[in-house]
Parts: sequence; C-alpha cells; structure tokens
Amino acid sequence: MDNLINLSGREIAENIKNGELNDKEVYSFFKQRIKNSSRLNAFVEIYDEPIMGEGVSFLKGVPIAIKDNICIKGKKITCASKILATHTAVYDATVITRLKNAGLQIIGTANMDEFAFGSSTENSCYGPVKNPWDIERVPGGSSGGSAAAVAARLVPFALGSDTGGSIRQPAAFCGVVGFKPTYGRVSRYGLVAFGSSLDQIGPITTNFTDCAYLLNILCGFDEFDSTSAPLASEDFTQNLKEDIKGLKIGIPPEYFGKGLAPEVKAALTEMMELFKKNGAEFIDINLPHTEYAVATYYIIGSSEASSNLQRFDGIKYGLREPAANLKDVYVKTRGKGFGEEAKRRIFLGTYSLSSGYYDAYYVRALKVRNLIKKDFDEAFKKVDMILTPTSPTAAFKFGEKTTDPLSMYLSDIYTISVNLAGLPAVSFPCGFTKNNLPIGAQLIGKDFSENSLIKAGFSYQCWTDFHKRIPDLK
Amino acid sequence: MVDKKTVEYVANLARIEISLSEAEYLGIQLSKILDYIDKLKELDVDNVVPMRGMNMQNNIFRNDEVKECKVEEDILKNSPQREGNYFKIPKVIE
Repeated sequence: MDNLINLSGREIAENIKNGELNDKEVYSFFKQRIKNSSRLNAFVEIYDEPIMGEGVSFLKGVPIAIKDNICIKGKKITCASKILATHTAVYDATVITRLKNAGLQIIGTANMDEFAFGSSTENSCYGPVKNPWDIERVPGGSSGGSAAAVAARLVPFALGSDTGGSIRQPAAFCGVVGFKPTYGRVSRYGLVAFGSSLDQIGPITTNFTDCAYLLNILCGFDEFDSTSAPLASEDFTQNLKEDIKGLKIGIPPEYFGKGLAPEVKAALTEMMELFKKNGAEFIDINLPHTEYAVATYYIIGSSEASSNLQRFDGIKYGLREPAANLKDVYVKTRGKGFGEEAKRRIFLGTYSLSSGYYDAYYVRALKVRNLIKKDFDEAFKKVDMILTPTSPTAAFKFGEKTTDPLSMYLSDIYTISVNLAGLPAVSFPCGFTKNNLPIGAQLIGKDFSENSLIKAGFSYQCWTDFHKRIPDLK
Repeated sequence: MVDKKTVEYVANLARIEISLSEAEYLGIQLSKILDYIDKLKELDVDNVVPMRGMNMQNNIFRNDEVKECKVEEDILKNSPQREGNYFKIPKVIE
C-alpha cells in the first residue's frame, strides 16, 4: 500500500477499476496518512466516511480534499474564519455535484487563509499550515492546505480557489501543479465569494495527467452561475501528448527584473533551454502595465470583498454577538468574528468605494484593469502563451512578512495580472533551490486555451522529474 | 494620511467594531497601502473605459418557474437564534 504515494490519481483509479485496489482501502490509507501528518495542519476536517456519489469516471474512487470555502451539503464550511466556524452548508457547490457524479471520494476540507485573504496561510483561525518541504516555512496561500496536502501525498489531489494567485503561488511553494482556469470556465456556484470578478476554482495535482482528468470533471456551463461561459465541453485529456514543435512562448522582461531571486531565474532559464531543444520558440513581449497590477488588484479585490462580506452580520448564520440593538449586533459580531487581514481588506474596500473616493480609487482601478487586459491582448497577437516565474522567491519563513502587509501583497506580483485579465494559467515545479525548496514556473494562456497549457506542461513533465519528488515527512 | 477620524468613519460604514489599538495600526497600515496605490495616479486614464467585469456583456434570462427547494429547516438550523420558522433579532421598531 505504501506505493500508493508514488501513483497518480489516474493510476489509482485504474487499479481500483481492475480490482488491484478497492476504494475503501485507498480511503483508509490516505485518511491514516492525513492523521499521521497532523503537524502540517493542512486539514480543517477529515471525514470518517467519504462523501461520495454513485457516478463513474476515469477518476472513480480517488480521494480528493476540498478547500474549506466550497460548500458540501451537510458538512461544515468555515472559510477558516471565526465568524463561520459553526456553519453547515445547506447545498452542494456545482463542483461538488460534479465530483459526486464522477464517483470521487471527498475526504475532508483543507485549511486556508481566512476567506482566502493571504499568501501564506498565516491568516487561518485554525493556525498556519506548514510547508512539507520545510516546516519552518509557509506553504503559500491562500490554498495552502490544499497544496501542502497534495505535495505531502496526504491526498492525490485537491481543489483550491484563485483570486490573485491563491492556487498557483502555494502550488509553486509546495512543488505541485496548480491550475487556475479561464474566468467562467468552472462554476463559482457554492464557492464563498471573495472577489466575484476574479475568483475561479481549480485543481491542485502532482502532475498534468491528473490535472487534465480533473478539469474534464470540473469545467462546463452552469445555469446557477451567471458568469459561467456557455461553451461546449472539451476533452482536456486529448492533449496529454509530448508535442510542442512550433510553440511560440512569450517572455515579458517585466516579470524577470528587480526582486526576482537568482535561483528562480536560473531554474526558468534552464527550463527555457529544454523547451527550445524540443522545438519551442521564445519571443520577447511587453506587458508594460505590470507594475500597476498589485495596486489595481488590491483596490478591486478589496472592494468586491468588502461588498461580498457584508452578508456576515450575525443574523441568519454564523457567529452572533449579543447586543441591545440591531446595529450593535452587526458591529460587535463583525468586530469579533473577522481576523486582522479580513478587517484590513474590508476597510480598504469600504474606503475605496466610499463617497468622495469612489472615482479616485475604484473607477481608476477599473480603468487600469482594462489597460492590463489590453497588454495581454497585444502580446497574444504574437505568441501562444507566456512563461514567467510564479513567485519572485521560493517559500518564505513564518512571520517574515506578517508585520508588513504591503510586502505580503507584493509577493503576488506575478500571479495577480492573470486574474485581472481573466486568463487561464498554471504553476508547476521547474526546479529546487539549494535548500531543497521547490521553484514554480507559470504558463499563462489565451482565454479558454487550457488545452494548450496542458500540452506544454505535460511535455515538460515528460522531460523532467521535479514533479515526482516527494518531501520527507519524518 | 488616514487619520483616526477617517478610520472611525470607515469602521462605521463597514459596521465593524475596532479597539483603540486596532484603529491606530489600521490607520498606519492603510496609509502605507494607499501611498503605494497612489502609483495608479501616474497613468493618464481619461479616455480608458472602466472594465466592470468579465464576460458579462449580456444579461442572462431564464423562465420564472417554481422549483421545489425544501431547505427551510437546514437554513434555520444555522441561525444563531430562531423562533419557530423565523430568525430572531433584537427589536428594530421603537
């Protein structure tokens, strides 16, 4: 059974199908592995019995972890916040319905930054998740629990959500594949909203084969999400082929400048050599508004968050602080229930939307968002996809950035533009630092070009074995 | 600079109670973040159209049909305080 950690999710499903394994023993194996690794703090809840539907798919029987901001009917959903700690979901998110219809075994909920606000999982009310490669370091965030669990092989794969890099940056820090689909590709119904024009759910896996099979299950039109893209379903597994001849990859100098760690840059350079050797062509492109992305994002993301989080008021669900009048119930409940970072974002958003500042901050940010989107439109006239680092550095240490929120925000500099433009992007391991910490590369594609990203990533994993390395948990 | 008065004003708009020490450091941090955000003022955006969302150019319509949805009890179970099939809150009418 110990060999299970070396198998992909797809291989586990194959073994279950042909009778080599049965789904109950697979579930027990991973459940035990999660329990043995509790010091990573990657999970909020572990289910004794799997949540499982009757359906059939190429991943039937494989356990999966769900970020704790996605509704699973009848189960607790906390968003790692005190304000929701006692809440039970009353319906299934569309992605959960889809996983049930595909016969996967939901094994539990993954720890995260409160309401997905953060880049290190240090903002969880359940305490931080540890990076399995070095437990003195952060796993990234906000989907830190999902990424750490997959990296440590506590579960073959997990779902995360990505508003400004929350799937890709932890995937980079933990050495796994984190895919943020095009906005509208995966239904947001049942995902607790943070930034409604930015949020997407996506898979975190160890390899591109599992990523493609999971995307087949997750993607598709949903009438319950008014921003869902009305497209015919695609088979992403068609592109699990090693073939990148003639691929045109753009390199934006704005993503390789000041602040990029030399080791990260070196890993990307080596990766480029491999792509060239196998027939890809690299073309210099420019994304001139990159330096404005973080500022734009923190206005738009926080504004949307301050609006979305108004619903947590102590009336219909969650925490309620008793008070003599209704307004004081709101004020005291929200004061006690929200953590520090949630308050900071709500304040920033409320301020940017308030009378007198709305045009100066919010509307201006919406205009710059358009400029950022146009940069990508121009670049994609010349190239098929864009290669960048996922994060300027490998995983940082706990506490390193908590006293200065701005330095934490700036660590998302390479992932944020993608959400503002609504594009698909994936982070995957492309090397290790001399301290044995994973380094992530990011490929950014055109709208709805998930298939091309999968083909490029799959090809790279045919030539390398960074994705097969497993952290030593002893 | 986000002064104490502004922090209190925003706290009231956001309906969040904060302590004196929270008000102090939130003011300092927000000032720092807004200083950084002022970077956006470098750009001339007079003729740029604000991007108000993704692929939302069209309204999505559907027929107004009644569908069964029996989750009242599940929803009420989550309420901090209830009375029968109602959410109970402090009195709002004088």
